[in-house]
Amino acid sequence: MKAEAIVAEGLTKRFGNLVAVDDVNLQVHEGEVFGYLGPNGAGKTTTIRMLTGIIEPDAGSVIIGGIDLIRHPLQAKMKLGCIPEVGNVYQDLSAWENLDLMGRFYGLTRRERETRSQELLSALGLAERSHDYVRTFSKGMRQRVSIACAVIHKPPILFLDEPTEGLDVHSKRIIVDLVKKMNSEGSTVLLTTHNIEDASRLCQRVCIINKGRIIAVEAPEKLRQAYEGIQTVEVAFDRRIDLSSFSSEHVYRAEAYGDKWRFYTDDTDEAIKRIVRVGEEHRLRILSIATVGPSLEDVFVRLTEGAR
Amino acid sequence: MNYSPFLRGVLVVARKDMRIYYRKAPVYIFGLLLPTFLFFAFFVGRQLDIPKYFPGFLAMSLFFTSSSVGPIIVPWEKQAGTFERLLSLPVSVTTIILGDMLAGALFGLLISTIIGVLGIALLGLSVTNVLLLAVLFVLGNVCFAAMGELISSTGGRTPSNVMMLSALVRFPLIFISGVFVSLSEMSGVGVIVAYFSPLTYLVDGLDASMAQSSVIPWAVDILVLLLFTVLFAFGTRKLLRRNLMKGL
Repeated sequence: MKAEAIVAEGLTKRFGNLVAVDDVNLQVHEGEVFGYLGPNGAGKTTTIRMLTGIIEPDAGSVIIGGIDLIRHPLQAKMKLGCIPEVGNVYQDLSAWENLDLMGRFYGLTRRERETRSQELLSALGLAERSHDYVRTFSKGMRQRVSIACAVIHKPPILFLDEPTEGLDVHSKRIIVDLVKKMNSEGSTVLLTTHNIEDASRLCQRVCIINKGRIIAVEAPEKLRQAYEGIQTVEVAFDRRIDLSSFSSEHVYRAEAYGDKWRFYTDDTDEAIKRIVRVGEEHRLRILSIATVGPSLEDVFVRLTEGAR
Repeated sequence: MNYSPFLRGVLVVARKDMRIYYRKAPVYIFGLLLPTFLFFAFFVGRQLDIPKYFPGFLAMSLFFTSSSVGPIIVPWEKQAGTFERLLSLPVSVTTIILGDMLAGALFGLLISTIIGVLGIALLGLSVTNVLLLAVLFVLGNVCFAAMGELISSTGGRTPSNVMMLSALVRFPLIFISGVFVSLSEMSGVGVIVAYFSPLTYLVDGLDASMAQSSVIPWAVDILVLLLFTVLFAFGTRKLLRRNLMKGL
């Protein structure tokens, strides 16, 4: 049985009458990449803030690497690295100075700080700009400095709150590669993301939170299989048509997908027959047709329906 | 590094503040230029008994410099988005407050020591109790740095707004604390109001250390300054924790 790197029990946070996080229980195994997904306002960031000691929960407990975060916050925080949602680095310092400052907070020696800063700045493609003020950097470069600051002390547990949000492809790839490398070297990673593809690609397990409550925790593939009932029929017609004509008992949603249409169904046979029938009625020519299994995104949408 | 994570946190926060915020314009404007202008406005060109008023001027400079760093740090960090990262590091709210206070106090100590030494040397003033002067310099700087922190923890995330609030609090204090009219010359409501200002006790203590007419026993001056320091620090902690989410 794997040891747990992060354990949260009964985690609750209220803001006035709003229960932002409601009795959340989580176990993240050592060495795991764990995805924390949910729509906007679901409680992801509040959960991360409680797990990293940024805010205190109203109820519940958090154990980080075997240390009670609420009783021993400084010792527990030494074990984690965090890129908060709004976690900018100091723009009046250079990349090098930012890393040096973070290293000091974690008690690294001067030699350790220098060696690690050199390693990280090279790995993140910032070596040539290491002594420039961060305020002269692009958003992607600043986020790379932010990642470097979070891992300067080689934390066994890493929290990333939307780490690749709004970044260019190059920066995104560099960050994803670093996260993968840290994980291969033994770090546990908990990341929140809106990018279902990132979660599907990186995470061994994902947790879906909605309205402050956890509604599913499973491996992405198992989640997909659990929702095998959600099938999609992807059709290309020779011209555009009003989608409402296709709605039926077995076609519960239809939407444009590039130059094709996607029909979501729990019965592909009935859905295809319906599509062909309506197509004939409207004298439509079917250019292509394919059935597609549920993606993690479909599962996510199904589970969080009604949240927005 | 064998010292505890708590002490290390305080020192690194203070180091960070000195590196970043000592260079900010509001610190120079409110901490150096303003007391200089006030000095020219009230002391220069008038037939004043300089030795009598020098402790008041020294206290005013110390007050302005030490309380000028604190108000900008927290709002600046909140606005820049660095406050959340800071909280995720191995520090607590108390660590941050003490680190910020240390940075503010060191800035005040540096500037007020220069002014004090130069003033005493150039004006040929006598210091009758050097130890008392030193204790008051340290305590006064810590106390007013804590006051600056208290102002900054009110929840605002726009530095200019917090600086405005800071000016609103600090200006009236210099007029009621025996800087321009010594405590011994005050009467009626003026005296009662003066006793509510921490600056009064610094001015009076400095008077005592420089053989000027002090009204309150210097031990009481020290005790009250200590009490104000503790009050400001605990008030800051309470406010900052209550307003934490406003900065994230």
